[in-house]
Amino acid sequence: MQGRGHDARGRCIDFGHGPPNPMTKAIRQHLIDPEICIRCYTCEDACPIDAITHDDNNVVVDAGKCDYTMDCIAPCPTGAIDNWRFVTEAYSVEEQLSWDELPEQEDLGDDESTLGEAIEDDIGALIATAHAGTGGRPVAPASASNPSINLFSRAHPAVATVQGAYRITEEDAGSDVRHIILGFGETSFPVLEGQSVGIVPPGTREDGRPHDIRLYSVASARDGEKRNGNNIALTVKREDKGLCSNYLCDLQRGDKVNVTGPFGSTFLMPNDPNCHVIMICTGTGSAPFRAFTERRRRAMPGADGKLVLYFGARSPGELPYFGPLKKVPPELLEQHLVYSRLPNAPKEYVQDRMRKHADDLSELLCSEQTHIFICGLKGMESGVDEALADICRAHALAWGEIKPTMREQGRYHVETY
Amino acid sequence: MSNLNVNYDTSIPNNVGLADDKRVLKALEQWHPGYLDWWKTMGPDGFQESMVYLRTAVSVDPKGWAQFGYVKMPEYRWGVLLAPKEEGRTIAFGNHKGESAWQEVPGEYRAMLRRLIVIQGDTEPASVEQQRHLGATAPSLYDMRNLFQVNVEEARHLWAMVYLLQKYFGKDGREESAELLRRRSGDMDKPRMLGAFNEATPDWLSFFMFTYFTDRDGKMQLESLAQSGFDPLSRTCRFMLTEEAHHMFVGESGISRVVQRTCEKMNEAGITDPYDIEAVRALGVVDLPTIQKKANLHYSLSLDLFGSEISTNAANAFSAGLKGRYNETKIDDDHVLTDSTYPVLKLVDGKPTLVDEPALTAINMRLRDDYSADAGKGVERWNKVIAKAGVDFKLELPHVAFHRAIGEFGGINATPDGAVVDDATWKQHRDEWLPSKADGDYIASLMIPCHRKGEYADWIAAPRVPIDNKPGDFEFVQIAA
Repeated sequence: MQGRGHDARGRCIDFGHGPPNPMTKAIRQHLIDPEICIRCYTCEDACPIDAITHDDNNVVVDAGKCDYTMDCIAPCPTGAIDNWRFVTEAYSVEEQLSWDELPEQEDLGDDESTLGEAIEDDIGALIATAHAGTGGRPVAPASASNPSINLFSRAHPAVATVQGAYRITEEDAGSDVRHIILGFGETSFPVLEGQSVGIVPPGTREDGRPHDIRLYSVASARDGEKRNGNNIALTVKREDKGLCSNYLCDLQRGDKVNVTGPFGSTFLMPNDPNCHVIMICTGTGSAPFRAFTERRRRAMPGADGKLVLYFGARSPGELPYFGPLKKVPPELLEQHLVYSRLPNAPKEYVQDRMRKHADDLSELLCSEQTHIFICGLKGMESGVDEALADICRAHALAWGEIKPTMREQGRYHVETY
Repeated sequence: MSNLNVNYDTSIPNNVGLADDKRVLKALEQWHPGYLDWWKTMGPDGFQESMVYLRTAVSVDPKGWAQFGYVKMPEYRWGVLLAPKEEGRTIAFGNHKGESAWQEVPGEYRAMLRRLIVIQGDTEPASVEQQRHLGATAPSLYDMRNLFQVNVEEARHLWAMVYLLQKYFGKDGREESAELLRRRSGDMDKPRMLGAFNEATPDWLSFFMFTYFTDRDGKMQLESLAQSGFDPLSRTCRFMLTEEAHHMFVGESGISRVVQRTCEKMNEAGITDPYDIEAVRALGVVDLPTIQKKANLHYSLSLDLFGSEISTNAANAFSAGLKGRYNETKIDDDHVLTDSTYPVLKLVDGKPTLVDEPALTAINMRLRDDYSADAGKGVERWNKVIAKAGVDFKLELPHVAFHRAIGEFGGINATPDGAVVDDATWKQHRDEWLPSKADGDYIASLMIPCHRKGEYADWIAAPRVPIDNKPGDFEFVQIAA
């Protein structure tokens, strides 16, 4: 399973719609910036539950009615709509109508990101784990699109229909990885490459409580697995006794699945075609990079930026998408498939292969256009990190300085699970 | 596929089932090459190969209609998108009030309806033509991107009107569609249909004024057409309004940023008298009195777009159920208006005076009043920016009698306060009320392009929140891509 999720990112933080943390009792209130709003009332028309109202002065959201449907976010032409404050007591409609500007975030005595990751326990825990390897606060690439987040929750999931499900590792390989296509029909479920979705397994645990939500990276481009098909693809490895993975891997065409999300607002595909993107993965960590590659193929053919993939598996038979990858042209994607269990060959891991390409990689590391994404099993980031440090040392570069700079500029991303 | 999603499988993105409508699909495909020619010759001058960070509608669903990404403008996916159909919708006003909304053109109103659609359609490419040279002097990549967003969406609105013409008006519709590409803004022989759309947009302050004041007329017209009993027109206009809001934003925030920068520079230089024009201009910003004059000009030109205060054409379109009033369904009256009156500002004994007129013939007047109220709110917000900076100045809308060419005040001279004056007085003070040649020259002198990412020309403030939550130094246009 890929435990990944969203993170705190300035004013666009989303902490899900679960119950507030009893420790802090903070609620996340949706506000409209009166200094930016042009009073076009588009949001008011878009809100399906009439939570938005206005007078001659302001357009405001009624905290008592807002159910975070997020229908108002995309149609706003100004961005005034996308403002949030953590409050212990909601600002009233009357109070908001009188504002000339937004109030500052009140000091709740908690680090913002800690507060964020704790509010929804199940997803929060996954996020904390998945992003830990970044080594600091992750930042979205500068040219990434603005993601939609948390449009669907456990209480209000999107219901998807399985449109296809098939195995993408060899039948006799030890690892059973499946490619699962979920269609959303008439429901809009916008995702960006790099985002995840939550899967709600049916049924309850022995103690009667619902199962935990599992997060999976989307393996398809933003415009669908099939272009404009309003569908997404997931890459799922069957885990021994894995409740959700077995549920997903056993799905048949036509089955219905409850989906939450989308989640994730930093591990995102840069839109700038001049960006160099180095993608390092193992196993189902390849899912977001399949999406990245497809996005670039569709939207940025002939892009100047390089797309480089280091992909590790035990053998070709266990490498997800081995067949389709062979057909991807080298002009689009520079591929380095690395195997650790080939007969009559020494074990090789992605970091070993990267060291062999030290000249090329060190050159890329000097470019401000270069983004690094690491996705796969927990722990792989340390091997990759050491390799990058070695490469830098050999070329008179300081990885200890480059890495934090890249991270702060939204160019270094780790999601491991 | 749901009809909420744009169908990209055919060459024209749409949610109107074009793939199954071979006749209309073919007609539009035949119109398309001429359209692309028009875009290349009359659309933005230059930058056609640049990668522009634009939003494209992929669905009319609230969550899917604004998808951002880099695209070359000629490859923009102009589509035909209608707001979702409301089952059981009835006509809300006029002689057919309460009847089911029409899905086909009502025969008796065919000519009137066609005329309404053609007039609306004519304004869409006109503004693109008027603004075609502005890219070269953009004060930032952010502003350039906003300009191009406005341009591609106005062009999409042309598509929307052409679809209606091709779908519902047969041969006449095809001819009108072709004519929409033949007329040219400001052309002596083939001008655009409405006056304000033949005026040049020579500089960025004019562009912001145009998007604030003139596009707001477009918004009001679309709001009235969105009430139409002809359902396809109503649905088309409802979706266009969601895009039009962005154009309002470009204008309002653009002027606000100009005002803010002027106040900032005045404060930095310790200038307290906003009327010390020479001193303010020495700072390289637009002085507030000149901004007032520009507002006077664009507001008055835009008022003319509403036509005569008293109009039987407008009355007929209302009674026929083709074009309603702003917020028609929220108005508390009988929506037929045969017996009611509306106060109309007329010239009585040489003074603008309110006179009760039959409400039916005063439809234009009412829409213009709604427009003035809407336009006034933005002016108040600009004044908040000035007040916050501590500068002693207030912008205001001039009287509706000021500088008018059409309607009740078309033949007279009035001051911005609404006092009627003779020709000599008008000539003597004209340059105090409207931009002079020297004002225009000064503004033009500021129009030095600033095309480095994250930088802004010195006469305009950076936006507080750039589009799509992007950071200020985001490369909104990759010029050399």
